[in-house]
Amino acid sequence: MPTLFVLIPFIGIVLLNLLYSQKVKNLAYGAVLLVTLIQLFMAGSLIFECATNFFSSVEIKYFVHLSIDLYAAIVLFTIGLISLIALIIRRYADKDEIFNFSQLILIIMIGMNGTVMVTDIFSLYVFLEVTSVASFVLIAKKKELLALNGSFKYLLMSSIATIMILSAVAILFMTYGTLSYAELGTQLNAAADSLSLQVILAIICLVTGLSIKAGLVPFHMWVPDAYSQSNSAVSILLAGIVTKAGGIYAILRLLMVVFPHIALISNVFAFIGIITIVAGALLALTQNEFKKMLAYSSISQVGYIIIGACCGTPLGFLGAFLHFFNHATFKSLLFVNSAAIESRTGIKELDKLEGLGGRMKVTAGTSAVAFLSTAGIPPLSGFWSKVIIIIALWQVGYIPYAIIALLASILTLAYFLILQRKVFFGKQSAEFDHVKEANGGFISASMILAIITVLVGIAFPFVLNFLKIKGLF
Amino acid sequence: MLSIIFLTVILLYIIGFYYLVTTRNLIRILIAMEVLTKGLTLTLIYVGKVTGQMATAQSMVITLIIIEVVVLAVAAGIIINIFNHTDSLDVRKISRKKE
Amino acid sequence: MNDIVLYILLGLLVVSAVLTAMIKNTLKAVIALALASAILTVIMFMMKAPLAAVFELSVCAGLVTAIFVSTISLTDSPDPDEQQVMREKKRLTRYIFLPIIIIIVAGILLIAQPALNFSFAAPPAVQSTVQDTIWHTRNLDIAGQIIVILAGVFGVVILFKERLKK
Repeated sequence: MPTLFVLIPFIGIVLLNLLYSQKVKNLAYGAVLLVTLIQLFMAGSLIFECATNFFSSVEIKYFVHLSIDLYAAIVLFTIGLISLIALIIRRYADKDEIFNFSQLILIIMIGMNGTVMVTDIFSLYVFLEVTSVASFVLIAKKKELLALNGSFKYLLMSSIATIMILSAVAILFMTYGTLSYAELGTQLNAAADSLSLQVILAIICLVTGLSIKAGLVPFHMWVPDAYSQSNSAVSILLAGIVTKAGGIYAILRLLMVVFPHIALISNVFAFIGIITIVAGALLALTQNEFKKMLAYSSISQVGYIIIGACCGTPLGFLGAFLHFFNHATFKSLLFVNSAAIESRTGIKELDKLEGLGGRMKVTAGTSAVAFLSTAGIPPLSGFWSKVIIIIALWQVGYIPYAIIALLASILTLAYFLILQRKVFFGKQSAEFDHVKEANGGFISASMILAIITVLVGIAFPFVLNFLKIKGLF
Repeated sequence: MLSIIFLTVILLYIIGFYYLVTTRNLIRILIAMEVLTKGLTLTLIYVGKVTGQMATAQSMVITLIIIEVVVLAVAAGIIINIFNHTDSLDVRKISRKKE
Repeated sequence: MNDIVLYILLGLLVVSAVLTAMIKNTLKAVIALALASAILTVIMFMMKAPLAAVFELSVCAGLVTAIFVSTISLTDSPDPDEQQVMREKKRLTRYIFLPIIIIIVAGILLIAQPALNFSFAAPPAVQSTVQDTIWHTRNLDIAGQIIVILAGVFGVVILFKERLKK
């Protein structure tokens, strides 16, 4: 069963290229859409199956080197959803470009599904590289100078991160003689109190390398350029899943399985997480371009996921993965809206956009939902995940971190309310009289995401009740 | 005896990182990445010999070399496209034009 | 005797890596990189890793050099300003800084050598051959490599496609 996630997109690529003709090119879009829907259904069914035995963290499905458990199923579901959204947006581009874009999306899906399911540090590196190479090509596809610049910077930082991750893998291999997660976990647990100097060096290299790949502060330099200077659909993919399912999921999985009892790594990551939250929120305030502001806000939200995971308790991990899914939905919604605005008005800077709410009603409404969810307002989904993370921090004892996280959330709320009022509900300037509502692809994508945000928010108290029965609260 | 190899590895890393940071030419950045990869290859072979698991270490080295070549080819393509746009290979000129 | 040859080769590897950093002409720096690959191949062969050595020689000393040479020839500009960039910058930074750093670090590590003991893992009971390891134990990596090559092929096709139109 887990190999199906990797095999189906691969068969898709092979078929699309072997039967290469004009008719197949037209069908390519529908075929890739079908693949993402298949992934959605498979992952959704796995979530239902895993939900009944939630607290036995035994892997549910196990093939030779791939395994899926509840958290992996949540991430697979997110991957399918965001790929679907990215495809819906590109519906009106021309045929050649859609063909290339569809195939690259299939490759990225293979890479991310692989990262999520492996049980081995070296295979993690291989699938991270698959995702990275496909991302370089996707960003540089536009072939304008800024996009090439962003892609090259991403390539450079990703290669440095690869060197550091592999050095850490080499040192760990030398000390323990094994590469799989489970065996490394048991050996590190046995030696958790007295770590030799070489293992500490390996951990430092690993933390640095994974932080570069995930875009955490202070290694976030490539993130704003790469997100804001690519195509809209590519920005949605990047911000929604590529950095998350690649770097962040790797960190979370390693924290869960390989390093659960080592205090050094949890403290370091918690510190990096808090700095990321604060720096991302502050830097987002100073940006003028819409997409760059969203990029910095993404960096800030990723900090919440890392802090949630550093608690080490099941509640913390639940909050982290829930915020993973929520962030993917509301950040993608914001990127969809910014792409819609850009496609109708051609403007990227925030200070020139005023009062579009009257003309673009659907965009205004859905972006209001997304902003409120980012800031953590009940009853939307963002509120629940942030509350769970803050409670988990409180329970473990990281009290100053919890207070700082809360304050940053209030800061985000203030800024986004000001922004929403200005861009959508202010006074409309005359040059926007000709602006119509965005075309069908954008409308359907934003409606789907907004409905998911609201539904998860409203339905979540039932899940909390279920957890209370199981004794987690 | 084998710690001389460790010394060589550290030196290769230092040369690679120093070169990466101080160069101004896009192609030389790729050359610096290659030097770093050589350091990593030597590390993996050293680890393989010391722990006795040469087979795993060799398969890791082979995988690493293949993936590095693909990344290098894509980077070369990006550099050629940048050159077509600006007729220059200077890293600073590209960043400055952004503003 | 074997040890002394190994030391000489390691020294030559470091020297050729320093040469790639210090040579003015980019094309000659690439040739120095190929030389470093060749020396690394011999070192790996002496440490009993023949398959990896063959891969390193054919790919890094051959294919990578070809990619670099074709990139350099495709981005050649007759502008004298550009050739100045291609030839790197001030003499002081280039010739003096790097050897000083290397001598200092080598000195520190040689002096501190007895203080560093590494703990190594024990060799496993069953020794497997490289073929077994690649094709059975780590076959997921092979699948990943195939997909990386596929992504690279797409990348090269997309990036190089419209060059003639310029």
